[in-house]
Amino acid sequence: MDLAYLWFFIVGVLFVGYFVLDGFDFGVGMSLPFLGKNEVSRRQIINTIGPVWDLNETWVIVAGACLFAAFPEWYATLFSGFYLALLLILLALIARGVSFEYRHQRNDPKWKARFDWMIVIGSALPALLWGVAVGNIVQGVPIDADFNFTGTLLTLLNPYGLWVGVTTLMLFWLHGVYFIALKTDGQVQQDANGLAKRLAIPTVVFAAGTVVWTWVIAGGRDAPLLWLSVATGAIAAVALLLSVWANWIKREGWAFGFGALTIATAVLSLWTALFPYVMPSTTDDAFSLTIENASSTDLTLTIMSWAALIFLPLVLLYQGWTYWVFRKRVTRAHIEKAEASVH
Amino acid sequence: MEFLDPLLLARWQFGLTTLYHFIFVPLTLGMSLFVAIFQSAWYRTADVKYLLLTRFFGKIFLINFAMGIVTGIVQEFQFGMNWSSYSRFVGDVFGAPLAFEGLMAFFFEATFIGLWIFGWDKLPKGLHLATIWITVVGTWLSAYFILAANAFMQNPVGYQMAQDGGRAEMADFVAVLTNPVALTQFPHTIISAIMFSGGVMVAAAAWHLARKQNVEVMRPALKLGLWSVVIAFVGVAVSGDQLGLVMVETQPMKMAAAEALFNSACGADASFSLFSIGTPDGTSEIWSLRVPYLLAFLSTHTLNGCVEGINDLNLAYTTEIFPQFADQVDGNFAPILWVTYWSFRWMMGFGGIAALIAVVGLWVTRKNAKREPAPWMWKVAIWQAPLALLGILVGWIFTEMGRQPWIVFGLMLTEDGVSPNVPGWNVLVSLVAFTLIYLILAVVEFGLIFKAVKKGPDPLPGPDDPHPSDMSVEDTPSTVY
Repeated sequence: MDLAYLWFFIVGVLFVGYFVLDGFDFGVGMSLPFLGKNEVSRRQIINTIGPVWDLNETWVIVAGACLFAAFPEWYATLFSGFYLALLLILLALIARGVSFEYRHQRNDPKWKARFDWMIVIGSALPALLWGVAVGNIVQGVPIDADFNFTGTLLTLLNPYGLWVGVTTLMLFWLHGVYFIALKTDGQVQQDANGLAKRLAIPTVVFAAGTVVWTWVIAGGRDAPLLWLSVATGAIAAVALLLSVWANWIKREGWAFGFGALTIATAVLSLWTALFPYVMPSTTDDAFSLTIENASSTDLTLTIMSWAALIFLPLVLLYQGWTYWVFRKRVTRAHIEKAEASVH
Repeated sequence: MEFLDPLLLARWQFGLTTLYHFIFVPLTLGMSLFVAIFQSAWYRTADVKYLLLTRFFGKIFLINFAMGIVTGIVQEFQFGMNWSSYSRFVGDVFGAPLAFEGLMAFFFEATFIGLWIFGWDKLPKGLHLATIWITVVGTWLSAYFILAANAFMQNPVGYQMAQDGGRAEMADFVAVLTNPVALTQFPHTIISAIMFSGGVMVAAAAWHLARKQNVEVMRPALKLGLWSVVIAFVGVAVSGDQLGLVMVETQPMKMAAAEALFNSACGADASFSLFSIGTPDGTSEIWSLRVPYLLAFLSTHTLNGCVEGINDLNLAYTTEIFPQFADQVDGNFAPILWVTYWSFRWMMGFGGIAALIAVVGLWVTRKNAKREPAPWMWKVAIWQAPLALLGILVGWIFTEMGRQPWIVFGLMLTEDGVSPNVPGWNVLVSLVAFTLIYLILAVVEFGLIFKAVKKGPDPLPGPDDPHPSDMSVEDTPSTVY
């Protein structure tokens, strides 16, 4: 098997890792104004992702670096082409990341409120824009003979791109709310279960729309893995319904697990709909970037394959262990005790 | 309109974001080591003051760590955003060390730092100590891969040109990782990071000792800091000297530009000017203070060695070595001379002054000193931290500006690397946005660090207080946010 094809899937898996992991902490951030009714509950919410948000975010850095190394042409076209959208994502991620560190540094409600809003916006904006970006990659964008993107930011804000964006926003949000329900107790947990119920129907509607629309787009061009896209899309649909059901019967672990499965299979469904393209050109199919013409040499890919083969399982192992270490719920009592010991 | 020139704006953005990123990187590289040392000392001796030091400097380290991560994402993204032609041209070679950094080092450090921060009450003591040491190893490994990528821009090795000449392709990854520039740059970077972090420890300790507070805890921090600065300075000088030799070998123009040496010179004529007044464009000299033989020695390690000058190099580059690029740069392959000349000197000057202060500091705070250090001495001591940082930042300006006009030495000019399809106003928007957000963050960040320093370590427990490490798991809060 050609290594470039393997790397198309490895990069896909890295983005699956990123969207599943950072996805739920985007969702947790977005829930702050809805579930964090007082300082204790807000701290309870933020502390559910306290030990893990930055290791979740590392996935995008590693995914980006691997995209650069394995598909330099794709990386160059994508990052220069989606310039302003990526700038917004970067600013949002910066604002969000420092807010986690800074909000607790001063015991001043105004100071905290300001950083809380930065967490909310810094979570919602990437949740939306990553979906817009992925949607546009799948749909195709205007690319010229030199592989350069010729559109603008407005080119990206088309109906399909926005629809996929709202879908990821809803999926991440729901996924985050499941996580809060899994990791907290008391009022916050009750509210989270309630919010999950309200989010369920619109999420299902948007997700179903994305799945069908994507198949229509991929069906209109050479898409040899469309069957796999349909299969993974179907699994995503079932997983989403199962997560809603698990939440309904108050099985938080199952709800979160099915939420993760939904995002993972949904991303794979988009990824396989794209195959064997990496960025189709809407200007002329001859200008499209494909796995073949966008990839690095075999030598680079071979070296990277060894690194990925050895280190990805190791990463999964120690990151999994981290989640195990921090498996306990963040209880109200915990926060109140911590507060008492600080002030 | 020149202010909308994407090349100029992209270069400013790269310089700004890189320097800003590098305020936090050295503190991550160096302070993590000191925190690990303090925690090990506590683990071995059970002396509570080492625990307090671990937590105190750990907090300063953490305030800064998040900034290192978020500004690091910008670094990775802007290669594709602003420099897409460069990314297409070298991605096959340059991307691999970045991917290795991510897979092997970055996942590591980010995961284990989380375990360290939140794991105090959840992991056994020895395992918890291991997490900070793993973080140290991860950050250093990270630095190595990034420096290997940078070294490819300074001295491309381990590649071959594609048949159509359109891109550089990987030929030998081991050669890329053992680039002599990377091998010498790495110790220079790590040791200067330790020097700066030692300076930060000295500054924090001096602030408290000047006020005679937390003396018992801060005194060992002061000593360790001062010794680190002095010893690290020796290491910085030795590794810098090695780096200089490699630079003469690989980028002779950079060395000529560091000295603003126009005509090749040998032996006594290859003098090193400590200070010089020239015309504003740096093309000719009005007056300078010179040390004969020193440049020859620095460049070749022999007194009679010869150093090539800018004019001779330009001639050779234009006619023989890089004739295909000669027209594009108007036959001038030299970087901006006043920048390289002064940054080279300030790098050494700032570092030297910081080290000098530390030597004096060791003398006035020695065990059998008859007098207490005078109050003004503590104020001077605090300057070590900013001086060392300035030395580091100016050093990077020298390294990167000295590489110009090349984005990859001998292979690609900087002007050819920029994204062809990104309009100037897009780059301007992002430059303004990053400048603003970085400025705001700098104010908050430094404010928080100063606040943490002033607050100081927790007080030593009295005879009746519970020992901080004796508190049971149930008592210790598991949250810090």
